[in-house]
Order: sequence, then structure tokens, then C-alpha cells
Amino acid sequence: MNIVVLVKQVPDSGAERNLRTDDNTVDRGSASNVINEMDEYAIEEALRIQEAHGGEVTILTMGPSGAAESIRKALSMGPDKAVHVVDDALHGSCALATSKVLAAALGTLNADLVLCGAESTDGRVQVLPHMLAERLGVAALTGARKLTIDGSALTIERQTDEGYEVVTAQTPAVVSVWDTINEPRYPSFKGIMAAKKKPVQALSLGDLGVAPSEVGLDGASSAVVEHSKRPPRSGGQKVTDEGEGGVKLVEFLATEKFV
Amino acid sequence: MLNEEHEALRQSVRDFAREVVAPVIAEHYEHHTFPYDVVRQMGKMGLFGLPFPEEHGGMGGDYFALCLTLEELARVDSSVAITLEAAISLGAMPIYRFGTDEQKAHWLPKLTSGEALAAFGLTEPGFGSDAGGTQTRAVLDGDEWVINGSKAFITNSGTDITALVTVTAVTGVAPDGSKELSTIIVPSGTPGFTVQPGYSKVGWCASDTHELTFEDCRVPAANLLGERGRGFAQFLRILDEGRIAIAALAVGLAQGCVDESVKYAKERHAFGKAIGDFQAIQFKIADMETRAHTARLAYYDAAERMLAGQDFKRQAAIAKLYASESAVTNAREATQVHGGYGFMNEFPVARFWRDSKVLEIGEGTSEVQRMIIARDLGL
Repeated sequence: MNIVVLVKQVPDSGAERNLRTDDNTVDRGSASNVINEMDEYAIEEALRIQEAHGGEVTILTMGPSGAAESIRKALSMGPDKAVHVVDDALHGSCALATSKVLAAALGTLNADLVLCGAESTDGRVQVLPHMLAERLGVAALTGARKLTIDGSALTIERQTDEGYEVVTAQTPAVVSVWDTINEPRYPSFKGIMAAKKKPVQALSLGDLGVAPSEVGLDGASSAVVEHSKRPPRSGGQKVTDEGEGGVKLVEFLATEKFV
Repeated sequence: MLNEEHEALRQSVRDFAREVVAPVIAEHYEHHTFPYDVVRQMGKMGLFGLPFPEEHGGMGGDYFALCLTLEELARVDSSVAITLEAAISLGAMPIYRFGTDEQKAHWLPKLTSGEALAAFGLTEPGFGSDAGGTQTRAVLDGDEWVINGSKAFITNSGTDITALVTVTAVTGVAPDGSKELSTIIVPSGTPGFTVQPGYSKVGWCASDTHELTFEDCRVPAANLLGERGRGFAQFLRILDEGRIAIAALAVGLAQGCVDESVKYAKERHAFGKAIGDFQAIQFKIADMETRAHTARLAYYDAAERMLAGQDFKRQAAIAKLYASESAVTNAREATQVHGGYGFMNEFPVARFWRDSKVLEIGEGTSEVQRMIIARDLGL
């Protein structure tokens, strides 16, 4: 099975992250840049499928040149090779444009299965897997907590708030995963050494036949007009129980529309 | 200073230590239980095979890679770090360095994968660094060694996955009239080989340490490790290397003290401000960082010399001496920065304090390191 895993480099969600003051995009200098956490689960799932069924695992990343570091780390977990879509014109691309570029790159890779994290910790829009499947004309199995493969039949358990749904499709397909699906491996020294020698192919927009005007800040379908720091947490509201604490609590919950 | 691969390994182990070791280790420490699940995961990421070639199931890394790993583990917990250090430096390394092809093929794949652990039985109840005092005897009876004696403070000797102990024993008289020392492999479960109950230790409470007794314990003659009579030379080599590893482990503990103290000094308030705003605390932590950094340079230097094939005896002793004494000082100071909480076992610095002292003792006391340094200076 030919598997492509989408890997995005994001600012470390454990650190304080900022947006740039000039164009409201992510300030990549404000925190250390790491592999989007959920994508590590997608890589692990791909490697387990490869171990069980054979085939090849390719990492696909769209991002600035600095993303090469995350690609190398992803490769040190075990995938065979990587494709890095890198082009200055991509800066500030929206999800819609990103899906266009990734779909074009996937067009060159002949994947049976595209695996990705269910969301990225920076954008958190969760729509990319669906957009990508739509552009590729394949099934989208999203939010998987479990994936089983039987020949060309894919079955996932889609995690929901209440439990899970069983969803099936045939390859080729796009599958997005949550962090409940597995426990990603830590790169071993052998993996780290081997990653140095693995091929990483760089592709520009020109290589993919995508016009610069369709992507980046100018081609974005939405624009961030301004941003400000989240206000510090206020003290909250204290309810003192003088015989009617329960009523006051319910009133609070109703007013805030929690119930 | 580190190359890209060593830096990536350091990062990988650091993530592992924080995400896998840190959440569970206090519980193991309190109940003196061996962290099998952590060890299994360390095996999965190849840590037990780090400095061994791939043909033996290893990772093809060097001794420096092992030292970096020990440092990052000990930055979070020393029990786990010493388990790895002993498993590699004292357990698998003698087999790799001195074993026959058969011995290597039989034992190394299990050891380098972390599926099994090996221990090294040198110290005895009556002697430590004065290895000439060895009382344990092995006599060749037909095609079997018959071993009698006991060993003390042997790390990794009594876990459920311990596969063997290499034991140093007197096997005769050397041509110069001194004791002839040899090293013999004793598989776990051999009749006559008894693992005594674990010690009640001040620190390293989640590591496995036992006294071992041998009563007419018989193993095949083929279990001799390396040449007969080379036991002394073998363990000198093993101990010289091991000192660099212990230095790395001590640097990890010293750095862990800095990590915890910086964090706490920002959180804890006294007299209206964070205690980290007071120069008394700042200077303590600055001195701690200075010791950790300097000790790190010392072990980097010793490791670099060893890997370059140069003489490294003095540098390894200097690194071990300075790093272990730095660890003890940093642990004392970190506990002081934490005040009353530093005396509570639930705080990592309390563990660091308890774990630090043995670093001045194990694999050659500070006094022995000074002897080695002085001797190397021609005194």
C-alpha cells in the first residue's frame, strides 16, 4: 500500500505563541517549531500499516524552508521519503488554497491512502482532510480513533462526543486521525541516522502548475483583519450558598446558555 | 557543539523522559518497584542497543550517544538512567568486548533490544575498588566452573528480565604470585546462584539492586568470558568507560536541579515577589548552572578522547569526580531553593537529593578518582 502522510510544522502548542503584527500570520519565531502533534499519530499509523501490509510511506509537507527540520524528524520515525512543497508565494495561504496545493502534490504521488492528523494545533479548522478528499474525488474518513484495512476496504471508528461511528470506504481515500488511535514511537538513533540519507524532494508552485495568485495572503478566501491578545482571565463569579445556592447555580448556567 | 544526529537523539530522549518517565516514576520510587513498562519502551526506541553495531541488534551509535541519553534521562530520573547505564556499560559491554562469537550471538540480541538485562558482579561485601581483595572463587571441575562466594550492590541482577550476571572470581594464582582473576557468565536461575532480597536504599529506589550468593554454582567451562586470568584488565577497561557514563548521569541530575529550581523560583513568592527576584536565589542557581555546564564539558572531553582512541583515564576520572560532586552540591542547593517542599518526596528535587550521594560512591568513590588522577600525574 502506497501511503502519504501529511505533516505540518506548527509552533509548539506548549509555548506562548504569537501572530505577526505586520500581516497577522503565525509568528514562526515566537515559539519553537515542531511537528503538529496529531500528525505524529498519522505517521505512526502509516508505519504500522506498512509493517503489516508492506508498501511505501511518504511524508508530504507544505511549509517554509524551516519545515525541513520537522520533515527530517518525521523521517527519523521511519517513513521512506518526503516531498516538501516550498515556495515564498505560499506564505499566508488559507485552508482552501492549502488543499489545492496539497491535492496537486498528491497528484504526483499515486497514493492509495492519505493519512493526516484530524487538526493542526495552530489553525484548528479541521476542514483540510475533507477539502482534500473533495478535490481528489476520493472518500474522506475523518476523525478516526481506529483504522482497519482489509485489501482495499478501509474501516474506521470515527470518534464522536457520544461514542463512535463505524465508517467504511474503498481506497484511495483520505483518513484523518485523533490522538486516541495509537502511541507514536520515539525516533531511535538508527532512525535518526537513516533519516539523513532519505530523499526529500522539493517542489515549487511552478512544478505543481499552481499560479501564485491562487495562494498566499492575496489568494486567501478569508483574511485576518486584526488580532489582539486574549484578555487575562477574570476572577469569575462566586456563588455563596445561603440556602438557595442550587437555584443560583442553575440561573447562572441558564443565563450563560450552558443548559 | 553536538552534531545534528546527536542533537536529534538528545531531543528524542528528552521528550521520552518528560512524557513517559516523569509521570510514573515518583510512584515507582515511593514503592520501590522496577519500572518494567518504562524499560520496555526504552527497549522499543533502541536505547539498550545504542553503542552496539547493528549486526548485534544495536543502533550503531557511539559511546557519546549513550552518554547524552543518560544525561537526558537523569535530568528527569536517575533510577531509570542507572538501569540503562548498568545494562549497557556493565551488562552488555563486557560480552560485546570480550565474548566469543557464540556468546555474542547468544546474548547480545536479547540485551541490545532491552528484552533482557545483564548485570556485572564485581563488588563484594568485603571489598569494592580494591579488586585484588576478591574472595569469590571459581574452580574448574571437569568441563564446569564451580563458583562459591558473594557479590554486593549488583544493579539489574534480580529483575524478572535479568538473563545473566558476569561474575569476577579468583581462578588460580598468576605467575607473579597474585590472584588470577577471570570473568564468568552465570545465567539467571542457575542452581546454586541466589539473588538475595533487594536492599533498602537511600536513593535510586526504582532501580534493582541485590546481593548475590553462589554456593557450588556450576556453569559450563565455555561460560568463561574472554581469556582466563584477564579479569583484572577487563574490568579496569569497563570501569574506565563506565566513569564517563556515570559523569553524564551526574550532569543530568545536576541539570535537573537547575531546571526544577528555575521553575520553582519563578512560581514561589515571598515578601511580595517571586523568590527568583532575590539575588540570594539567583546566585545559587547561577552557580548550579555553572557546575552543570562545566561538568558537561569535562565528560564531553573524556568521551571525545575515548572515541578518538586516546588515553582517557585521567579525563574520565576528572569528569566523574567533578560531575558527581557537582550533582551532590546542586541537589543540596536545589533542595534549599525549594525550602520545606524540597524535603517532601513528592518534589523531584527531593529525589535528586537522595539520588545524588551514591554518585560519589558507585563505580569508584571520589577518593579513588583522586587517586587515579594523582597517579596519572606521576605521584
